[in-house]
Amino acid sequence: MKYKTFAAFVGPSIFLMLLFIAAPLISVFFQSFYITQPVFETVEVETCTPGFPTQTCVTEQKTQPIIGEDGKVVTTVKYVGLESYRNVLEPDRAWAALSAFDFRALLTIDFWKALRFTLTFTLVTLPLVIGAGLLIAVVVNNASRLIRGPIIFVSLLPFIITPVIGALSIRWLFIGDGIMTAFLEWAFSQNISMFAQGWTIELLMMFYRVWHVAPFAFVVFYAGLQTVNQDTLESAIIDGASRWERLRYVIIPHLMPLIVFISLIHLMDSYRVFEEIVGFSSQAHRISLQWLTYDFLTPDDSGNRSISRASASAMLTMIGIVVLLVPLLRKTWRDHKGGRV
Amino acid sequence: MITKLLLATAMSVAFAGASSACDFKNDVPVKSLTAGFEAWKAVTDFMAKCGNFTAELDQEFRTKQPAAFAADPALYQIGGVANGTLVPLMNEGTIRPLDGLVEKYGQQLTPNQLIKVNGEIMAVAMMINTQHLMYREDILSDLGIDVPKTYDEVLAAAEKIKQAGVVDYPLGATYQTGWNLAQGFVNMYLGMGGEFFTPGNEPAIENEQGVAALEMMKKLTEYMDPEYLVSDSTYVQQQFQQGKIAMANLWASRAGAMDNPDESQVVGKVKMAGAPKAAVRAASTLWWDGIVIAKNASDEEAEAAFRVAMNGMTPEMVEANNDAAVWLIEGYEPGPLAQGVVETAQAGALAYPASSQMGLMHTALGNGVSDYLTGAKDAATTLRDIATAYTTSAREAGLIK
Repeated sequence: MKYKTFAAFVGPSIFLMLLFIAAPLISVFFQSFYITQPVFETVEVETCTPGFPTQTCVTEQKTQPIIGEDGKVVTTVKYVGLESYRNVLEPDRAWAALSAFDFRALLTIDFWKALRFTLTFTLVTLPLVIGAGLLIAVVVNNASRLIRGPIIFVSLLPFIITPVIGALSIRWLFIGDGIMTAFLEWAFSQNISMFAQGWTIELLMMFYRVWHVAPFAFVVFYAGLQTVNQDTLESAIIDGASRWERLRYVIIPHLMPLIVFISLIHLMDSYRVFEEIVGFSSQAHRISLQWLTYDFLTPDDSGNRSISRASASAMLTMIGIVVLLVPLLRKTWRDHKGGRV
Repeated sequence: MITKLLLATAMSVAFAGASSACDFKNDVPVKSLTAGFEAWKAVTDFMAKCGNFTAELDQEFRTKQPAAFAADPALYQIGGVANGTLVPLMNEGTIRPLDGLVEKYGQQLTPNQLIKVNGEIMAVAMMINTQHLMYREDILSDLGIDVPKTYDEVLAAAEKIKQAGVVDYPLGATYQTGWNLAQGFVNMYLGMGGEFFTPGNEPAIENEQGVAALEMMKKLTEYMDPEYLVSDSTYVQQQFQQGKIAMANLWASRAGAMDNPDESQVVGKVKMAGAPKAAVRAASTLWWDGIVIAKNASDEEAEAAFRVAMNGMTPEMVEANNDAAVWLIEGYEPGPLAQGVVETAQAGALAYPASSQMGLMHTALGNGVSDYLTGAKDAATTLRDIATAYTTSAREAGLIK
């Protein structure tokens, strides 16, 4: 392709990526080193609020921001270096807990608690998604043409559902005396509370994620199965390879690039696990890194939000994803180079 | 969200024709952003009768309101606020004093409704809300239990109900992690006589009252559905309606739902009483809900908005929706459902101590208290971690030097 044509095709997408991904990223990077604060003053304020039967008035010292001449709150911007990162990571407490081998104490610190859950969630769901996707793909591929269409349609359904809605529906099935809980209680004839302790919620969240993402893996693998060299398969059959051996030595090697691709996408997606936390309202037991960033950003009743800590936490999440992806990317890079030589 | 908006618009259009219920014809477009519970629905329905009015009812209004009012011109002329949500608007100076408008158009308002800050009227309240005791009268009288007045009596009653085994769980509570759980602690801690801050905005919760509040909350949870950390107001309301619990400290605005025959299996059986006392006073806080008018709007818009808002707060509105809330508006007949609020206020419950620092403290509590209830930390560590979390965010916000 001519360089000019190439540039004309790629240009718009590079421009949009710079504008909507790179620029905000750089801005977040810088924001994580600065703090913007309103300038406060402490004044005596009399507030009268309704009471029963008459109003109550209190005079108290109130700390309130100073409003400048333009009608906006006066703010100062301060360079704080790595302080926001320190506030998120709490290295002193974490180190104290680590050096005493007290993991319970380490996991009471928000960031580390979130990191523990996020990593477990990501690494446990990864093989399950690939396994489930591959299984459905092989089954569908071997099903008779007549029922193939309906099976594909049904197995794609979970993927079409909006993540939060899907999470909420699973939650409603299990919360309190939901249908599924009632069924389990009947089946095991004992009282079951899925939302009373962390590990059951964690199981539900993983189950939900696998249920939701497996169809994506399935579609990709199914497409891959259509390109498996039939000659090789037939010669394997003639050589007396069993069904399992054919899968292990012919099909999986053929699908390997797709497995790497799915792994990359899944690692990136599930490291940013968020919908499950909100959908299952698991904050008391389990939080994720992405939820932590969101929590810093959400204004409270009084309108306070921690932009700097949110930026720091977002940068840390990005670093985490990069670290997770490095082995896979290196493998792809090596294969790519090897293919050229 | 969009459906809500459409509904609200449709409603206001539908009501625009019935302008006879409004004493003037509004020709300036007016929009409002309020919470979405029953009382706001009633009030905005009556505002809509003046025409040219769009109501947005959204339970997550608190996250949009500060930004929407800081815009110039403001995206909404009328805002629905409560103790806490008034703070960011006051801090950023995005609402206007209402003295002139109240004098001109607010004759029907009672002095109790006028929220004054340093003598200026900044908001007009319409109702009072508080968490107070709701109980199944039939169960308590069957078992010969007096209505509990203190939390120790609540525990004793809960034990008896548990022994009798008449309901799934003796108690319910709005202990969902986050805002609700923090509110539970605030109630209990103030009830124990605690204070949240030193004069320099440093946290002051690491004390006996803090420990006592946590311990009492934990004792209560032993009588609750083990899934209490996900139970919000609606969940507790449904537990009542389905006859699963016998007592709960629940928002007064939910009282009406107990007698709603479409939803409730316990119509007429749930009675209201004041919030039980902790060591010092009733363990609850008083909240008001009311309206503010945006500063970033023309005087003409502000005047129209205020007149529209006043039409939502008329005796006719109260007459049509008497039991939807404990109204402060003239014409309100306190029914049996208001009993709990009145008794709570008389038992010395404080107004929720809203301020910038309290917002941060509330968040820190909401994220921290559950660690004690789940047993991950002991009381002293929990309080220390909450205090540390507060100090970190207060320092970041500039409230502590």
